[in-house]
Amino acid sequence: MNIHEYQAKQIFAEYGVPTPRGIVANTPEEAVANAKELGGNIWVVKAQIHAGGRGLGGGVKLAKSLEEVEELANQILGMTLVTHQTGPEGKLVQKVYIEEGADIKDELYLSVVLDRAAEMPIIMASTEGGMDIETVAEKTPEKIIKVPVDPAFGFQGYHGRELVFGLGITDKAEQKKMIDFAKKLYTLYMDKDAEMIEINPLIKTGSGDFLALDGKMGFDDSALWRHPEIEAMRDISEEDPDEREASKYGLSYVALDGEIGCMVNGAGLAMGTMDTINYMGGTPANFLDVGGTASAETVAKGFEIILKNPNVKAIFVNIFGGIVRCDRIANGILEATKMVDVNVPVVVRLDGTNAAEAAEILKNANIANVITATDLGDGAAKAVAAAKGEI
Amino acid sequence: MSILVNKDTKVIVQGFTGGEGTFHSEQCMAYGTNIVGGVTPGKGGQTHLGKPVFNTVKEAVKATGATVSMVFVPPAFVGDAVMEAASAGIELAVIITEGAPVKDMQAAKACAVKNGMMTIGPNCPGIITAEECKIGIMPGNIFKKGNVGLISKSGTLTYEGANQVVNEGYGITTAVGIGGDPIIGLSYKQLLQMFQDDPETEAIVMIGEIGGDLEIQAAKFIKENITKPVVAFIAGQTAPKGKRMGHAGAIISGSAGTAKEKMDALSAAGVEVVVSPAEIGKAVKKVLS
Repeated sequence: MNIHEYQAKQIFAEYGVPTPRGIVANTPEEAVANAKELGGNIWVVKAQIHAGGRGLGGGVKLAKSLEEVEELANQILGMTLVTHQTGPEGKLVQKVYIEEGADIKDELYLSVVLDRAAEMPIIMASTEGGMDIETVAEKTPEKIIKVPVDPAFGFQGYHGRELVFGLGITDKAEQKKMIDFAKKLYTLYMDKDAEMIEINPLIKTGSGDFLALDGKMGFDDSALWRHPEIEAMRDISEEDPDEREASKYGLSYVALDGEIGCMVNGAGLAMGTMDTINYMGGTPANFLDVGGTASAETVAKGFEIILKNPNVKAIFVNIFGGIVRCDRIANGILEATKMVDVNVPVVVRLDGTNAAEAAEILKNANIANVITATDLGDGAAKAVAAAKGEI
Repeated sequence: MSILVNKDTKVIVQGFTGGEGTFHSEQCMAYGTNIVGGVTPGKGGQTHLGKPVFNTVKEAVKATGATVSMVFVPPAFVGDAVMEAASAGIELAVIITEGAPVKDMQAAKACAVKNGMMTIGPNCPGIITAEECKIGIMPGNIFKKGNVGLISKSGTLTYEGANQVVNEGYGITTAVGIGGDPIIGLSYKQLLQMFQDDPETEAIVMIGEIGGDLEIQAAKFIKENITKPVVAFIAGQTAPKGKRMGHAGAIISGSAGTAKEKMDALSAAGVEVVVSPAEIGKAVKKVLS
């Protein structure tokens, strides 16, 4: 689960990670009131969406008067912001963050993520703040400092020294501030079961202070049960409604832009099914894992979600029955076709335990739209043909 | 022969008396697995499925001599359960549980490594030595005895792969589902070496997916250490970037962890890489004939 910048900064503040002061606003009026409360004579109006690249997309603007704050808030609130991370459809901006202007002397990069190979969190830092870190990693990998921290022993002095010397920070007072900053960030990463924290840029001010000018945080979904305070930060409007609906029923769904709807048990086989459709010259319309225990209800829900997509010209149901027997799944499919009006051809491949009985059930039911297949390759080929109107 | 487990392996079940634990323990016993007891805190002294229940893993190990634990405890307690197994002298914990917090598994795995305990999973179908011992949730009837070893991140692709191998007239020595989480126990490298050393295994099928770099490490390892033929499939060639595809670990972060880079690395290591999982059986036939 991801959160907004303003929410990340609330958590930073709890842990003493320094940030510029700011207040979130839902309307231009609130934006002006916030700017007044913050004081000063320069503010930044920042669109709050779950995607990076907001500045380049026109979602982060500098205001030098209260009038300008209002004008910019008016402009940004309600706009559909398109960045390299939103996709071409963009994201609707519903909140702006009003932040005091900062005196930027230097821009750095700092993040904490899980290093899957090392099996521990890793702190990454770079002097190339404000740039896309992927680009830095590709063009000048030597400019990224990587410091893995073993949670069994915690953040030690040497972790801090590797960071500050790596970043070329020589002033004693600044070194101390930077080490303190990184240590607090690591602590909050562990405490909150974060998956990723990224500060880009982390700025050094004219007076030698370090501030998180941006803040991006993602959390381990499997640990949210022990963080109700994080769960409360969930912004449903940032999530795909179909993915969300699917997850309520224990289905895992991701929309794609092809023509063949897929319903599969197991994530690996679901991806493998998409790949096979592609290999056979078709295009998958979605990833959908109905889980290990596909029932009539989950299958019906799956059909419903797949059919919401107007691009779908055929559906491929690919189930490898294991503990759940294929004959039961076949009955589930029959039930499901009664619950949902399936108006495109459905290719069904049931393999594994009791596959023969299942084939018999589907054959006898004689449903107009259902085409049976014997194995994965056969099913994918038939689904591709059906989508082209060839069968 | 086989790897890691066989008909003599003594197995206990953590989370023995729960719904999942009960159902799958029964299935495993029916397959022939030597389940010698189970652990459910507070239910020690009872008998379940005809086997003794213990309060702690330590007691269970002492009384039964079990060396392997099948873990079915709920996600919130799985880290604790794995550490308990490690401290009690269990040699291999097979963690079926899905949805374990990454932080907990990080600590549990570090604890396991320190205690010399191997782990499989979490979020996996388990391990099966064909017609001898099933420790997990896979449909046992698919796995006919033969000479192909199988390693997979995905449950249903394990079944798919094994089924095709059997349909081509071959069979399985041992199949291991290593799980699709960001942090897992035994991985390709260690298992490839075990299959290399197993005299009965003549070919190895490895099934991977997008996310992380375990398959890339495996490719390097195969090039240097594995002389038996390897067939590989990587799921997620058509998966979009930045989207989690069902498994917690199946996500392309930035430009890293794509199916293509993994397939290229494996091909370069001399592995027979198939583009569709429907081709696994045929590829096995090709490398074995």
